[in-house]
Amino acid sequence: MTALPLDYEILRLIWWALLGILLIGFAIMGGMDLGVGTLLPAVARNDEERRVLLNLVGPTWEGNQVWLVLGGGAIFAAWPPLYAVSFSGFYIAMIAILLALILRPVGFKFRGKVDDPRWRSAWDWGLFVGGFVPALVFGVAVGNVLLGAPFGLDPVLRPSYAGNFFGLLTPFAILTGLVSVAMLVMQGAVVIASRTEGALAKRARIYGRWAALATIGLFALAGLVVVFWLDGYRVVSVQDALGPSNPLGKTVMIERGAWAANYGAHPWMMIAPALGLAGAWLAYTFLGLKAGARAIIASSTAIFGIVATAGLSLFPFLLPSSLDPSASLTVWDASSSQLTLFIMLGATIVFLPIILLYTAWVFRVMRGPVTTASIGRNPNAY
Amino acid sequence: MIDQTIVDLSRLQFAATAMYHFIFVPLTLGLSFMMAIMESVYVMTGRPIWRQMTLFWGTLFGINFAMGVATGIVMEFQFGMNWAYYSHYVGDVFGAPLAIEGLMAFFLEATFVGLFFFGWDRLSKVGHLTVTWLVALGANFSALWILIANGWMQNPVGSRFNPDTMRMEITDFIAVIFNPVAQAKFVHTVSAGYVTGAVFVLGISALFLLQGRHRELARRSMVVAASFGLASALSVVVLGDESGYVATEHQKMKIAAMEAMYHTEPAPAGLTLFAIPNADGEPSFEVRLPWVLGLITTRSLDMELPGITELVEHAATRIQNGLVAYQALADIRANPDDQTARTVFEETSQDLGYALLLKRYREDVENATGEEIALAAFDTVPDVWPLFWSFRIMVAIGLFYIGFFALWFWKASRHRLEDNRAMLWTAVATLPLPWVAVEVGWIVAEYGRQPWVVEGVLPTFYAASDLRFWDLVISLSFFMIVYTVLLGIMAWLMVRVVRAGPSDKPVFAIDDEPAIIPAPAPPPAAPRTPTPEFAK
Repeated sequence: MTALPLDYEILRLIWWALLGILLIGFAIMGGMDLGVGTLLPAVARNDEERRVLLNLVGPTWEGNQVWLVLGGGAIFAAWPPLYAVSFSGFYIAMIAILLALILRPVGFKFRGKVDDPRWRSAWDWGLFVGGFVPALVFGVAVGNVLLGAPFGLDPVLRPSYAGNFFGLLTPFAILTGLVSVAMLVMQGAVVIASRTEGALAKRARIYGRWAALATIGLFALAGLVVVFWLDGYRVVSVQDALGPSNPLGKTVMIERGAWAANYGAHPWMMIAPALGLAGAWLAYTFLGLKAGARAIIASSTAIFGIVATAGLSLFPFLLPSSLDPSASLTVWDASSSQLTLFIMLGATIVFLPIILLYTAWVFRVMRGPVTTASIGRNPNAY
Repeated sequence: MIDQTIVDLSRLQFAATAMYHFIFVPLTLGLSFMMAIMESVYVMTGRPIWRQMTLFWGTLFGINFAMGVATGIVMEFQFGMNWAYYSHYVGDVFGAPLAIEGLMAFFLEATFVGLFFFGWDRLSKVGHLTVTWLVALGANFSALWILIANGWMQNPVGSRFNPDTMRMEITDFIAVIFNPVAQAKFVHTVSAGYVTGAVFVLGISALFLLQGRHRELARRSMVVAASFGLASALSVVVLGDESGYVATEHQKMKIAAMEAMYHTEPAPAGLTLFAIPNADGEPSFEVRLPWVLGLITTRSLDMELPGITELVEHAATRIQNGLVAYQALADIRANPDDQTARTVFEETSQDLGYALLLKRYREDVENATGEEIALAAFDTVPDVWPLFWSFRIMVAIGLFYIGFFALWFWKASRHRLEDNRAMLWTAVATLPLPWVAVEVGWIVAEYGRQPWVVEGVLPTFYAASDLRFWDLVISLSFFMIVYTVLLGIMAWLMVRVVRAGPSDKPVFAIDDEPAIIPAPAPPPAAPRTPTPEFAK
């Protein structure tokens, strides 16, 4: 093979960071829509208010969800073993997410087509499920990644899985699921608060402030559990960062508090949890000051910090195995080939800036408050 | 050993969810382009009727697009969920075009589709037209990358098996992109989508003309549909993806099966129009057109197309050769520094997948008996008769549409769209046919690829996830119930929209109907026949 300008270790690190960026991208962008969906029955009390919320996220939610599609695609292309093990291992959880996500496009599109209260109320609940269930299950999944999943790899690297869906619902995983729900509700609330008026905005501020406090409390609690109580994983053999991806070539130990080890070795990483807590606190403050745009930035910062905390704590692990710790997937042994990572990086460097540019442009075109009056003017409103 | 029930249920689920998804995809491909054409005419001529057309077809497009998005994300996730070993084994190659599809195409389409609906009063005319074209472009790029991925499953070029990672890896990405099978599939599939869109627009417009409603809109829509449809129908048949079928061994097997051609024939082979199988499954009564098959598949007079029997014999030798590769691979795994084994593996690795066919009969394939090898070689034959008939249904519908659109194009150019009610009724009655053609087309392509999931590389049964029976029962029944309910709702909503028809005014209290946005001057609209729904 011809030599590539970037060595394998660097490419693996870049793709680890890019995976984080894509998942954070989804949590921030798609999180707005999941949060609004979760808040739909609580914040919007009648059809008119609900239409305001749906038309608030309506023009942009489809683009936002592509961050998830892209995250899935990036895991497939850059971390095939991770894609194979996690998607099949968490099978029923994935089905729950998919069924919830299926309700969203049709919910948005179909709800407004028929003027009947029962019809609309049914889709409202569909959209609530479509927001709440993914928010919860993604968080539960992250908790299970920290706990380790009961999978094994046979000598030809075929994954097998020894758990079931209910095995995912441990107390710690439910805690991380709640962190996720709180954080995304906060994100939905700041968007509603900054782009609607009157009673809607007021209710969103109240829910948003509670969600911000819940985010701080639950995230801090999860942090304490991870540091003082939870078993983490540690690679005890030397891993060749330039070697072929073979997850069976290392030794891993289980150790209480090991997920905190990276912060001891690299104190700068403390920035991530600090941003998580500070962002949520600022979102709480800005909501109180009715500073909508700043609350969105604060809440997005909190999401960035919280998701990054999970990723940094795990590093270099992507998915530890509780069944056979030495078969855990890490950044150094579960990536695609050097050439594939290089090609994919090229495609990302070309297209990601373009995506950011046109996404920003679309949000700019659609900027401004959404009210009953503004919807009335739009012939395609939901 | 792999549990065959899990494999069968996984295959059923993938086939069912893919076929549901492909109800919506072709319409998205075709309608988005036609909307872009209509809006271009609006921007160039400034005549509001063309905007009204864009809005009306856009409403139907939106309902369909929502279903496409809902069923599409399932497709992406199912590779990992149900085909974990596939994902590991070929993710290095197959994942890349899927990820690039997201980066280059789906992001574009999904970001701008919102502006298509919500941007009418926020963008300039040219600005909105650009958005519409970007949606159409995104949809088509999306098809390109998905079919590059799919084409690689049919003809796995540009890659090799790496014994150290136990998987296929990219060696030449340019070859993956310009894979002749992928390119032929892309042209064929998007053309089929355009035909679907054209038939949809033409059929509904014909209904309006029969009812005497919205004639201005219907007639213009029919002109667009007839021209667009004729070009697409020619493209879908002439550039059919048989042209890629000679590329590989199993593609040849597929064409032999489609033709029920059990024995090699002298070139150029004849095309079987009709046949009846005998007790052994071989054709006993045939109606044949001489030369035609050889011409359309090989584009030559002297290239021979092998028959099923000859291909099975050849598969048996590849299995023998694959067993050498399998043994060498085992040696390399035991001792990565074994250079002799690596040399042997390099020479034989192209047949490794054939040895895996034996995994269906025994775990220790190196001890396979001659009888098991013969069975595995015979496994390379896909089910002949479903393919034979699927192919014929698809081709018949394709040919029908060339005649259909040629006739409508001729009527449109003579401005006599409304004088023949029988033809209008035919257009309405045949509206579902493109969907029949595209679905049987996928059966030919994917069922015909069996027993391989990646031809010559990985057998389908060997690629499935380690799931439990009840996992699949739950997922399969959920998908089928939810998809069917949603499909029913979608069809009902589309009928409502068609009944209400295009209008200048809101039809529902909450309205997704195309209204004419406050324009500087009232449009010089042609007289429109009011309808009861309209008056409501």
